[in-house]
Amino acid sequence: MGDAGLSEAEKTFILHSVQDDFREDGRGNEDFRHMELETSLISNTNGSARVRLANTDVLVGVKVQLTPVDPERPEVGRLEFFIDCSANATPAFEGRGGEELGSEISAMLTRAYAFPGAVDFHSLCVLPGQQCWLLYVDVLLLECGGNLFDAVSIAVKAALFNLKIPNVTMTKDEGGVELDLSDDPFDFKRLDVSGAPIIITVNKIGHYHVVDASEKEEECSLARLMLGVTEKGTITAMRKEGSGSLDPNSISDMMEVNTRFLCLPGI
Amino acid sequence: MAGMELLSDQGFRIDGRKPNELRRIRFKKGVFRQADGSAYLEQGNTKVLAAVYGPHEIRGSRSKALHDKLLINCQYSMATFSTQDRKRRPRGDRKAQEMTSHLKQTFDAVVLTELYPKVQLDIFVEVLQSDGGNYCASVNAATLALMDAGIPMKDYVIACSGSHLRDTPIVDMNNLEESSGGAEVVMAVLPRCEQIVFLEMNSRLHEDHLSGVMDHVMVGCKDIFNVLNQQVQDELCQKTQLDKLVTTG
Repeated sequence: MGDAGLSEAEKTFILHSVQDDFREDGRGNEDFRHMELETSLISNTNGSARVRLANTDVLVGVKVQLTPVDPERPEVGRLEFFIDCSANATPAFEGRGGEELGSEISAMLTRAYAFPGAVDFHSLCVLPGQQCWLLYVDVLLLECGGNLFDAVSIAVKAALFNLKIPNVTMTKDEGGVELDLSDDPFDFKRLDVSGAPIIITVNKIGHYHVVDASEKEEECSLARLMLGVTEKGTITAMRKEGSGSLDPNSISDMMEVNTRFLCLPGI
Repeated sequence: MAGMELLSDQGFRIDGRKPNELRRIRFKKGVFRQADGSAYLEQGNTKVLAAVYGPHEIRGSRSKALHDKLLINCQYSMATFSTQDRKRRPRGDRKAQEMTSHLKQTFDAVVLTELYPKVQLDIFVEVLQSDGGNYCASVNAATLALMDAGIPMKDYVIACSGSHLRDTPIVDMNNLEESSGGAEVVMAVLPRCEQIVFLEMNSRLHEDHLSGVMDHVMVGCKDIFNVLNQQVQDELCQKTQLDKLVTTG
Protein backbone atom coordinates (compact mmCIF):
# COMPACT_ATOMS: atom_id res chain seq x y z
CA MET A 1 0.00 0.00 0.00
CA GLY A 2 1.02 3.55 -0.59
CA ASP A 3 3.00 3.36 -3.79
CA ALA A 4 1.15 6.02 -5.73
CA GLY A 5 4.36 8.08 -5.88
CA LEU A 6 3.12 11.43 -4.63
CA SER A 7 5.19 14.60 -4.53
CA GLU A 8 5.34 16.83 -1.46
CA ALA A 9 2.98 19.34 -3.05
CA GLU A 10 0.40 16.65 -3.80
CA LYS A 11 0.62 15.40 -0.24
CA THR A 12 0.06 18.90 1.09
CA PHE A 13 -2.94 19.26 -1.20
CA ILE A 14 -4.49 16.08 0.18
CA LEU A 15 -3.68 17.17 3.74
CA HIS A 16 -5.44 20.49 3.19
CA SER A 17 -8.42 18.88 1.54
CA VAL A 18 -8.86 16.64 4.59
CA GLN A 19 -8.64 19.68 6.85
CA ASP A 20 -11.47 21.31 4.93
CA ASP A 21 -13.58 18.13 5.07
CA PHE A 22 -13.72 18.22 1.28
CA ARG A 23 -11.56 15.52 -0.23
CA GLU A 24 -10.21 15.49 -3.77
CA ASP A 25 -13.09 13.38 -5.07
CA GLY A 26 -15.65 15.63 -3.38
CA ARG A 27 -16.32 13.42 -0.36
CA GLY A 28 -16.34 14.47 3.24
CA ASN A 29 -13.97 12.78 5.68
CA GLU A 30 -16.56 10.27 6.80
CA ASP A 31 -18.04 9.35 3.43
CA PHE A 32 -17.60 6.05 1.66
CA ARG A 33 -17.18 5.76 -2.07
CA HIS A 34 -19.86 4.20 -4.22
CA MET A 35 -19.92 0.46 -3.76
CA GLU A 36 -21.14 -2.26 -6.10
CA LEU A 37 -21.85 -5.73 -4.77
CA GLU A 38 -22.76 -8.82 -6.76
CA THR A 39 -23.29 -12.37 -5.55
CA SER A 40 -23.51 -15.84 -7.14
CA LEU A 41 -21.05 -15.24 -9.95
CA ILE A 42 -18.88 -18.34 -10.03
CA SER A 43 -20.84 -21.54 -10.51
CA ASN A 44 -17.90 -23.72 -9.45
CA THR A 45 -18.13 -22.36 -5.90
CA ASN A 46 -20.71 -22.82 -3.15
CA GLY A 47 -20.88 -19.09 -2.64
CA SER A 48 -19.26 -16.12 -4.31
CA ALA A 49 -19.35 -12.34 -4.25
CA ARG A 50 -17.63 -9.42 -5.85
CA VAL A 51 -17.22 -5.97 -4.41
CA ARG A 52 -16.14 -2.97 -6.38
CA LEU A 53 -15.34 0.09 -4.32
CA ALA A 54 -14.32 2.76 -6.84
CA ASN A 55 -11.05 1.29 -8.15
CA THR A 56 -10.80 -1.52 -5.63
CA ASP A 57 -12.09 -4.77 -7.02
CA VAL A 58 -12.35 -7.95 -4.96
CA LEU A 59 -13.74 -11.36 -5.88
CA VAL A 60 -14.45 -13.99 -3.23
CA GLY A 61 -15.29 -17.63 -3.73
CA VAL A 62 -16.23 -19.99 -0.92
CA LYS A 63 -15.95 -23.73 -1.29
CA VAL A 64 -17.04 -26.23 1.31
CA GLN A 65 -15.39 -29.53 2.05
CA LEU A 66 -16.05 -32.28 4.57
CA THR A 67 -13.05 -32.87 6.83
CA PRO A 68 -12.30 -34.67 10.07
CA VAL A 69 -12.88 -32.37 13.05
CA ASP A 70 -10.14 -30.65 14.98
CA PRO A 71 -9.60 -33.01 17.97
CA GLU A 72 -9.30 -30.02 20.31
CA ARG A 73 -12.64 -28.58 19.22
CA PRO A 74 -14.67 -31.60 18.09
CA GLU A 75 -18.03 -29.86 17.84
CA VAL A 76 -17.40 -26.97 15.50
CA GLY A 77 -16.64 -26.43 11.83
CA ARG A 78 -13.79 -24.32 10.52
CA LEU A 79 -13.10 -21.32 8.33
CA GLU A 80 -9.92 -20.89 6.34
CA PHE A 81 -8.96 -17.68 4.58
CA PHE A 82 -6.67 -17.38 1.60
CA ILE A 83 -5.92 -14.13 -0.17
CA ASP A 84 -4.46 -14.20 -3.64
CA CYS A 85 -3.06 -10.89 -4.84
CA SER A 86 -3.44 -11.22 -8.57
CA ALA A 87 -0.81 -9.65 -10.79
CA ASN A 88 -3.73 -8.08 -12.64
CA ALA A 89 -3.96 -5.61 -9.77
CA THR A 90 -0.42 -4.34 -10.05
CA PRO A 91 2.72 -5.82 -11.64
CA ALA A 92 4.36 -5.67 -8.20
CA PHE A 93 2.25 -8.69 -7.22
CA GLU A 94 3.78 -10.88 -9.92
CA GLY A 95 5.20 -14.20 -8.76
CA ARG A 96 5.40 -14.15 -4.98
CA GLY A 97 5.17 -10.36 -4.76
CA GLY A 98 1.70 -10.27 -3.26
CA GLU A 99 2.18 -12.92 -0.60
CA GLU A 100 3.09 -10.53 2.18
CA LEU A 101 0.00 -8.39 1.73
CA GLY A 102 -2.09 -11.53 1.27
CA SER A 103 -1.00 -13.05 4.56
CA GLU A 104 -1.54 -9.71 6.33
CA ILE A 105 -5.13 -9.56 5.17
CA SER A 106 -5.82 -13.21 5.91
CA ALA A 107 -4.36 -12.81 9.41
CA MET A 108 -6.65 -9.85 10.06
CA LEU A 109 -9.69 -11.74 8.77
CA THR A 110 -8.83 -14.84 10.78
CA ARG A 111 -8.57 -12.70 13.89
CA ALA A 112 -11.84 -10.91 13.20
CA TYR A 113 -13.69 -14.21 12.69
CA ALA A 114 -12.05 -16.01 15.61
CA PHE A 115 -14.87 -15.55 18.09
CA PRO A 116 -17.73 -18.00 18.62
CA GLY A 117 -20.55 -15.76 17.36
CA ALA A 118 -19.02 -14.77 14.02
CA VAL A 119 -20.88 -17.49 12.17
CA ASP A 120 -22.72 -20.44 13.63
CA PHE A 121 -19.72 -22.75 13.87
CA HIS A 122 -21.81 -25.44 15.52
CA SER A 123 -24.09 -25.70 12.50
CA LEU A 124 -20.96 -26.40 10.44
CA CYS A 125 -20.35 -29.58 12.38
CA VAL A 126 -21.88 -32.53 10.57
CA LEU A 127 -21.10 -35.36 12.93
CA PRO A 128 -19.76 -34.21 16.29
CA GLY A 129 -16.36 -35.67 17.00
CA GLN A 130 -15.95 -36.91 13.45
CA GLN A 131 -16.81 -34.80 10.44
CA CYS A 132 -17.31 -31.09 9.97
CA TRP A 133 -17.46 -28.58 7.14
CA LEU A 134 -14.31 -26.71 6.29
CA LEU A 135 -15.09 -23.45 4.50
CA TYR A 136 -12.36 -22.33 2.18
CA VAL A 137 -12.80 -18.59 1.76
CA ASP A 138 -10.64 -17.63 -1.19
CA VAL A 139 -10.22 -13.96 -1.94
CA LEU A 140 -8.88 -12.70 -5.23
CA LEU A 141 -7.69 -9.11 -5.40
CA LEU A 142 -8.31 -7.90 -8.92
CA GLU A 143 -7.57 -4.22 -8.55
CA CYS A 144 -6.21 -2.15 -5.68
CA GLY A 145 -7.57 1.36 -5.30
CA GLY A 146 -7.22 1.83 -1.56
CA ASN A 147 -9.13 0.56 1.45
CA LEU A 148 -8.48 -3.10 0.64
CA PHE A 149 -9.23 -4.51 4.09
CA ASP A 150 -12.73 -3.04 4.23
CA ALA A 151 -13.58 -4.15 0.70
CA VAL A 152 -12.27 -7.67 1.33
CA SER A 153 -14.20 -8.06 4.57
CA ILE A 154 -17.44 -6.88 2.97
CA ALA A 155 -16.96 -9.25 0.04
CA VAL A 156 -16.22 -12.13 2.43
CA LYS A 157 -19.38 -11.45 4.42
CA ALA A 158 -21.42 -11.26 1.22
CA ALA A 159 -19.96 -14.53 -0.07
CA LEU A 160 -20.73 -16.28 3.22
CA PHE A 161 -24.26 -14.87 3.02
CA ASN A 162 -24.52 -16.31 -0.46
CA LEU A 163 -23.11 -19.68 0.63
CA LYS A 164 -25.17 -22.78 -0.05
CA ILE A 165 -24.08 -25.75 2.01
CA PRO A 166 -25.41 -29.03 0.62
CA ASN A 167 -27.51 -31.06 3.03
CA VAL A 168 -26.02 -34.30 4.29
CA THR A 169 -27.92 -37.50 4.98
CA MET A 170 -26.47 -39.91 7.48
CA THR A 171 -27.12 -43.62 7.37
CA LYS A 172 -25.97 -45.97 10.04
CA ASP A 173 -24.55 -49.32 9.09
CA GLU A 174 -22.42 -51.81 11.00
CA GLY A 175 -19.12 -50.14 10.04
CA GLY A 176 -20.16 -46.74 11.35
CA VAL A 177 -22.01 -43.79 9.92
CA GLU A 178 -22.10 -43.14 6.23
CA LEU A 179 -22.41 -39.59 4.96
CA ASP A 180 -24.20 -38.79 1.73
CA LEU A 181 -24.09 -35.38 0.10
CA SER A 182 -27.23 -34.27 -1.60
CA ASP A 183 -26.94 -34.01 -5.40
CA ASP A 184 -29.97 -31.76 -5.66
CA PRO A 185 -28.79 -28.18 -6.17
CA PHE A 186 -31.89 -26.90 -4.35
CA ASP A 187 -31.31 -29.07 -1.28
CA PHE A 188 -29.07 -26.81 0.78
CA LYS A 189 -28.90 -24.75 3.91
CA ARG A 190 -27.69 -21.21 4.43
CA LEU A 191 -25.25 -19.89 6.96
CA ASP A 192 -26.36 -17.22 9.40
CA VAL A 193 -23.99 -14.31 8.92
CA SER A 194 -25.76 -11.71 11.06
CA GLY A 195 -22.90 -11.93 13.55
CA ALA A 196 -20.12 -11.83 10.97
CA PRO A 197 -17.77 -8.88 11.39
CA ILE A 198 -16.62 -6.43 8.78
CA ILE A 199 -13.43 -4.44 8.95
CA ILE A 200 -13.56 -0.66 9.06
CA THR A 201 -10.30 1.21 8.61
CA VAL A 202 -9.85 4.74 9.89
CA ASN A 203 -6.86 6.63 8.57
CA LYS A 204 -5.23 9.44 10.44
CA ILE A 205 -4.25 12.18 8.02
CA GLY A 206 -2.86 15.22 9.79
CA HIS A 207 -5.10 15.60 12.82
CA TYR A 208 -8.17 14.30 11.05
CA HIS A 209 -9.78 10.89 10.73
CA VAL A 210 -10.71 9.65 7.30
CA VAL A 211 -12.60 6.52 6.27
CA ASP A 212 -12.40 4.68 2.95
CA ALA A 213 -9.15 6.30 1.91
CA SER A 214 -8.10 6.14 -1.71
CA GLU A 215 -4.65 4.92 -2.61
CA LYS A 216 -3.26 8.46 -2.63
CA GLU A 217 -4.76 9.28 0.73
CA GLU A 218 -3.36 6.07 2.19
CA GLU A 219 0.08 7.24 1.20
CA CYS A 220 -0.45 10.47 3.14
CA SER A 221 -1.64 8.69 6.24
CA LEU A 222 1.00 7.79 8.77
CA ALA A 223 -1.17 5.57 10.91
CA ARG A 224 -4.42 3.75 10.54
CA LEU A 225 -6.61 1.78 12.86
CA MET A 226 -8.44 -1.29 11.61
CA LEU A 227 -11.31 -2.69 13.59
CA GLY A 228 -13.36 -5.80 13.03
CA VAL A 229 -16.87 -4.90 14.14
CA THR A 230 -20.16 -6.76 14.11
CA GLU A 231 -23.61 -5.38 13.45
CA LYS A 232 -24.29 -5.15 17.18
CA GLY A 233 -21.18 -3.05 17.73
CA THR A 234 -18.93 -5.72 19.19
CA ILE A 235 -15.31 -5.16 18.36
CA THR A 236 -13.76 -8.48 17.40
CA ALA A 237 -10.32 -7.46 16.19
CA MET A 238 -8.18 -4.41 16.25
CA ARG A 239 -4.95 -3.50 14.60
CA LYS A 240 -2.88 -0.41 14.19
CA GLU A 241 -0.92 -0.16 11.01
CA GLY A 242 1.51 2.31 9.53
CA SER A 243 4.77 3.95 10.49
CA GLY A 244 3.33 6.71 12.68
CA SER A 245 2.40 6.47 16.34
CA LEU A 246 -0.99 7.15 17.89
CA ASP A 247 -2.02 8.85 21.10
CA PRO A 248 -4.35 6.71 23.28
CA ASN A 249 -6.94 9.52 23.10
CA SER A 250 -6.91 9.58 19.36
CA ILE A 251 -7.39 5.80 19.32
CA SER A 252 -10.65 6.15 21.19
CA ASP A 253 -11.69 8.95 18.84
CA MET A 254 -10.94 6.73 15.87
CA MET A 255 -12.90 3.86 17.39
CA GLU A 256 -15.86 6.16 17.67
CA VAL A 257 -15.63 6.93 13.96
CA ASN A 258 -15.29 3.22 13.27
CA THR A 259 -18.40 2.12 15.08
CA ARG A 260 -20.44 4.93 13.51
CA PHE A 261 -20.11 3.06 10.22
CA LEU A 262 -21.74 -0.14 11.34
CA CYS A 263 -25.06 0.37 9.65
CA LEU A 264 -23.44 1.45 6.41
CA PRO A 265 -22.92 -1.72 4.38
CA GLY A 266 -26.38 -3.11 4.90
CA ILE A 267 -25.75 -6.76 4.20
CA MET B 1 -22.43 -40.52 -16.54
CA ALA B 2 -25.05 -43.07 -17.40
CA GLY B 3 -26.88 -42.53 -20.66
CA MET B 4 -24.83 -39.47 -21.51
CA GLU B 5 -22.56 -39.76 -24.48
CA LEU B 6 -20.04 -37.22 -25.67
CA LEU B 7 -21.70 -37.32 -29.05
CA SER B 8 -25.22 -38.71 -29.28
CA ASP B 9 -26.65 -40.69 -32.19
CA GLN B 10 -28.58 -37.59 -33.18
CA GLY B 11 -25.29 -35.70 -33.51
CA PHE B 12 -25.53 -33.57 -30.40
CA ARG B 13 -22.75 -33.08 -27.89
CA ILE B 14 -23.04 -33.49 -24.14
CA ASP B 15 -24.00 -29.84 -23.60
CA GLY B 16 -26.43 -29.86 -26.51
CA ARG B 17 -24.22 -28.23 -29.10
CA LYS B 18 -23.71 -29.32 -32.68
CA PRO B 19 -20.19 -30.65 -33.45
CA ASN B 20 -19.01 -27.39 -35.02
CA GLU B 21 -20.87 -25.06 -32.69
CA LEU B 22 -19.05 -22.67 -30.37
CA ARG B 23 -20.03 -21.80 -26.83
CA ARG B 24 -21.47 -18.38 -26.20
CA ILE B 25 -18.79 -15.70 -26.21
CA ARG B 26 -19.22 -12.49 -24.25
CA PHE B 27 -16.53 -9.99 -23.49
CA LYS B 28 -15.81 -6.52 -22.24
CA LYS B 29 -12.71 -4.47 -22.89
CA GLY B 30 -11.27 -1.96 -20.47
CA VAL B 31 -12.60 -3.42 -17.22
CA PHE B 32 -9.78 -2.01 -15.09
CA ARG B 33 -8.64 1.58 -14.86
CA GLN B 34 -5.19 0.99 -13.44
CA ALA B 35 -3.96 -1.42 -16.10
CA ASP B 36 -2.98 -0.05 -19.50
CA GLY B 37 -5.27 -2.54 -21.14
CA SER B 38 -7.67 -5.13 -19.82
CA ALA B 39 -10.41 -7.46 -20.95
CA TYR B 40 -12.88 -9.90 -19.47
CA LEU B 41 -14.00 -12.80 -21.60
CA GLU B 42 -16.51 -15.61 -21.14
CA GLN B 43 -16.57 -18.64 -23.38
CA GLY B 44 -19.45 -20.68 -22.09
CA ASN B 45 -18.67 -21.26 -18.43
CA THR B 46 -14.98 -20.44 -18.78
CA LYS B 47 -14.33 -16.94 -17.48
CA VAL B 48 -11.01 -15.19 -17.90
CA LEU B 49 -9.58 -11.79 -17.03
CA ALA B 50 -6.53 -10.40 -18.79
CA ALA B 51 -4.54 -7.27 -17.98
CA VAL B 52 -1.71 -5.65 -19.89
CA TYR B 53 0.86 -3.31 -18.39
CA GLY B 54 3.39 -1.53 -20.50
CA PRO B 55 5.49 -1.16 -22.53
CA HIS B 56 7.52 0.05 -19.57
CA GLU B 57 11.05 -0.03 -18.26
CA ILE B 58 12.43 -3.47 -17.43
CA ARG B 59 11.55 -4.47 -13.90
CA GLY B 60 14.01 -6.45 -11.84
CA SER B 61 17.31 -7.38 -13.41
CA ARG B 62 18.23 -5.26 -16.39
CA SER B 63 20.02 -8.16 -18.03
CA LYS B 64 16.68 -9.54 -19.15
CA ALA B 65 16.31 -6.67 -21.63
CA LEU B 66 16.51 -7.56 -25.30
CA HIS B 67 18.54 -5.01 -27.22
CA ASP B 68 16.57 -5.29 -30.44
CA LYS B 69 13.03 -6.07 -29.38
CA LEU B 70 10.33 -5.98 -26.74
CA LEU B 71 10.47 -8.41 -23.84
CA ILE B 72 7.10 -10.02 -23.28
CA ASN B 73 6.44 -11.19 -19.76
CA CYS B 74 3.41 -13.36 -19.08
CA GLN B 75 1.83 -14.78 -16.00
CA TYR B 76 -0.98 -17.29 -16.06
CA SER B 77 -2.79 -17.99 -12.84
CA MET B 78 -6.00 -19.68 -11.87
CA ALA B 79 -8.14 -18.58 -8.96
CA THR B 80 -8.13 -21.22 -6.23
CA PHE B 81 -11.91 -21.50 -6.53
CA SER B 82 -11.97 -21.66 -10.33
CA THR B 83 -12.00 -25.42 -10.66
CA GLN B 84 -14.44 -28.05 -9.44
CA ASP B 85 -12.01 -29.19 -6.73
CA ARG B 86 -10.26 -26.39 -4.90
CA LYS B 87 -6.73 -25.65 -6.08
CA ARG B 88 -4.12 -25.21 -3.40
CA ARG B 89 -2.01 -22.69 -5.26
CA PRO B 90 -3.11 -20.12 -7.82
CA ARG B 91 0.15 -20.27 -9.77
CA GLY B 92 3.61 -21.76 -9.79
CA ASP B 93 2.53 -25.32 -10.49
CA ARG B 94 3.80 -27.09 -13.57
CA LYS B 95 0.62 -26.61 -15.56
CA ALA B 96 0.59 -22.86 -14.93
CA GLN B 97 4.23 -22.54 -15.87
CA GLU B 98 3.62 -24.39 -19.10
CA MET B 99 0.66 -22.14 -19.88
CA THR B 100 2.79 -19.09 -19.14
CA SER B 101 5.44 -20.12 -21.63
CA HIS B 102 2.80 -21.02 -24.22
CA LEU B 103 1.24 -17.58 -23.89
CA LYS B 104 4.62 -15.90 -24.15
CA GLN B 105 5.43 -17.84 -27.29
CA THR B 106 2.05 -17.02 -28.82
CA PHE B 107 2.27 -13.30 -28.24
CA ASP B 108 5.94 -13.09 -29.21
CA ALA B 109 4.80 -14.18 -32.63
CA VAL B 110 2.11 -11.58 -33.08
CA VAL B 111 3.11 -8.39 -31.26
CA LEU B 112 5.33 -6.11 -33.35
CA THR B 113 8.16 -6.55 -30.86
CA GLU B 114 10.84 -4.81 -32.93
CA LEU B 115 9.09 -1.46 -32.37
CA TYR B 116 9.94 -1.42 -28.66
CA PRO B 117 13.57 -2.41 -28.06
CA LYS B 118 14.88 -2.68 -24.48
CA VAL B 119 11.51 -2.43 -22.76
CA GLN B 120 9.04 -4.84 -21.27
CA LEU B 121 5.36 -5.66 -21.68
CA ASP B 122 3.42 -7.58 -19.04
CA ILE B 123 0.47 -9.78 -19.89
CA PHE B 124 -1.31 -11.17 -16.86
CA VAL B 125 -4.08 -13.70 -17.25
CA GLU B 126 -6.34 -14.83 -14.45
CA VAL B 127 -8.80 -17.69 -14.89
CA LEU B 128 -11.82 -17.02 -12.67
CA GLN B 129 -13.85 -20.04 -13.64
CA SER B 130 -12.59 -22.97 -15.59
CA ASP B 131 -14.71 -25.18 -17.82
CA GLY B 132 -12.32 -26.33 -20.49
CA GLY B 133 -10.46 -24.34 -23.11
CA ASN B 134 -8.53 -22.29 -20.55
CA TYR B 135 -5.65 -21.67 -22.92
CA CYS B 136 -7.99 -20.63 -25.72
CA ALA B 137 -9.97 -18.24 -23.56
CA SER B 138 -6.73 -16.82 -22.13
CA VAL B 139 -5.31 -16.11 -25.57
CA ASN B 140 -8.53 -14.53 -26.79
CA ALA B 141 -8.84 -12.37 -23.68
CA ALA B 142 -5.19 -11.33 -23.85
CA THR B 143 -5.62 -10.33 -27.52
CA LEU B 144 -8.49 -8.06 -26.54
CA ALA B 145 -6.50 -6.64 -23.62
CA LEU B 146 -3.55 -5.89 -25.93
CA MET B 147 -5.94 -4.16 -28.29
CA ASP B 148 -7.34 -2.15 -25.40
CA ALA B 149 -3.79 -1.13 -24.48
CA GLY B 150 -3.11 -0.10 -28.06
CA ILE B 151 -0.18 -2.44 -28.62
CA PRO B 152 0.55 -2.89 -32.34
CA MET B 153 -0.05 -6.44 -33.51
CA LYS B 154 0.04 -8.19 -36.88
CA ASP B 155 -3.50 -9.46 -36.48
CA TYR B 156 -5.81 -10.84 -33.86
CA VAL B 157 -4.56 -14.08 -32.33
CA ILE B 158 -7.44 -16.44 -31.81
CA ALA B 159 -7.18 -19.83 -30.15
CA CYS B 160 -9.60 -22.72 -30.34
CA SER B 161 -9.53 -26.39 -29.44
CA GLY B 162 -10.92 -29.37 -31.28
CA SER B 163 -11.16 -33.12 -31.23
CA HIS B 164 -12.44 -36.11 -33.09
CA LEU B 165 -15.40 -38.05 -31.74
CA ARG B 166 -17.16 -40.91 -33.51
CA ASP B 167 -15.78 -39.88 -36.91
CA THR B 168 -16.89 -36.29 -36.40
CA PRO B 169 -14.56 -33.38 -35.73
CA ILE B 170 -15.75 -31.16 -32.88
CA VAL B 171 -14.59 -27.67 -31.88
CA ASP B 172 -14.39 -25.56 -28.69
CA MET B 173 -14.33 -28.37 -26.13
CA ASN B 174 -15.70 -28.03 -22.63
CA ASN B 175 -14.28 -29.56 -19.49
CA LEU B 176 -16.18 -32.88 -19.80
CA GLU B 177 -14.99 -33.38 -23.35
CA GLU B 178 -11.43 -32.46 -22.41
CA SER B 179 -11.30 -34.85 -19.49
CA SER B 180 -12.80 -37.78 -21.36
CA GLY B 181 -9.32 -38.83 -22.47
CA GLY B 182 -9.79 -38.33 -26.17
CA ALA B 183 -7.46 -36.41 -28.42
CA GLU B 184 -7.30 -32.66 -28.14
CA VAL B 185 -5.87 -30.30 -30.72
CA VAL B 186 -5.27 -26.72 -29.60
CA MET B 187 -4.39 -24.07 -32.14
CA ALA B 188 -3.72 -20.36 -31.98
CA VAL B 189 -3.95 -18.72 -35.36
CA LEU B 190 -3.85 -15.38 -37.10
CA PRO B 191 -7.32 -15.69 -38.60
CA ARG B 192 -6.96 -13.29 -41.51
CA CYS B 193 -3.79 -14.76 -42.98
CA GLU B 194 -4.51 -18.28 -41.68
CA GLN B 195 -1.11 -18.63 -40.04
CA ILE B 196 -0.71 -21.01 -37.11
CA VAL B 197 1.29 -19.53 -34.24
CA PHE B 198 0.70 -22.26 -31.71
CA LEU B 199 -0.23 -25.89 -32.11
CA GLU B 200 -0.50 -28.57 -29.50
CA MET B 201 -2.01 -32.02 -29.45
CA ASN B 202 -2.68 -34.20 -26.45
CA SER B 203 -3.42 -37.91 -26.45
CA ARG B 204 -3.51 -39.74 -29.75
CA LEU B 205 -5.27 -39.10 -32.98
CA HIS B 206 -5.04 -40.99 -36.25
CA GLU B 207 -2.94 -39.20 -38.82
CA ASP B 208 -5.77 -39.35 -41.37
CA HIS B 209 -8.05 -37.39 -39.05
CA LEU B 210 -5.55 -34.70 -38.13
CA SER B 211 -6.00 -32.44 -41.12
CA GLY B 212 -9.78 -32.70 -40.82
CA VAL B 213 -9.67 -31.66 -37.17
CA MET B 214 -7.23 -28.86 -37.93
CA ASP B 215 -9.47 -27.55 -40.69
CA HIS B 216 -12.43 -27.47 -38.32
CA VAL B 217 -10.41 -25.80 -35.58
CA MET B 218 -9.30 -23.18 -38.11
CA VAL B 219 -12.95 -22.57 -39.00
CA GLY B 220 -13.73 -22.36 -35.29
CA CYS B 221 -10.99 -19.76 -34.85
CA LYS B 222 -12.39 -17.73 -37.71
CA ASP B 223 -15.86 -17.92 -36.18
CA ILE B 224 -14.50 -16.66 -32.86
CA PHE B 225 -12.65 -13.94 -34.75
CA ASN B 226 -15.87 -12.83 -36.42
CA VAL B 227 -17.68 -12.66 -33.08
CA LEU B 228 -14.91 -10.66 -31.45
CA ASN B 229 -14.23 -8.43 -34.43
CA GLN B 230 -17.88 -7.57 -34.88
CA GLN B 231 -18.20 -6.24 -31.35
CA VAL B 232 -14.81 -4.50 -31.42
CA GLN B 233 -15.74 -2.68 -34.65
CA ASP B 234 -19.18 -1.76 -33.33
CA GLU B 235 -17.70 -0.30 -30.16
CA LEU B 236 -15.14 1.59 -32.19
CA CYS B 237 -17.83 3.06 -34.46
CA GLN B 238 -19.88 4.13 -31.46
CA LYS B 239 -16.86 5.72 -29.89
CA THR B 240 -15.84 7.65 -33.00
CA GLN B 241 -19.38 8.90 -33.38
CA LEU B 242 -19.37 10.10 -29.80
CA ASP B 243 -16.01 11.77 -30.37
CA LYS B 244 -17.40 13.50 -33.44
CA LEU B 245 -20.31 14.79 -31.40
CA VAL B 246 -17.89 16.15 -28.86
CA THR B 247 -15.63 17.87 -31.39
CA THR B 248 -18.48 19.39 -33.35
CA GLY B 249 -20.10 20.46 -30.10
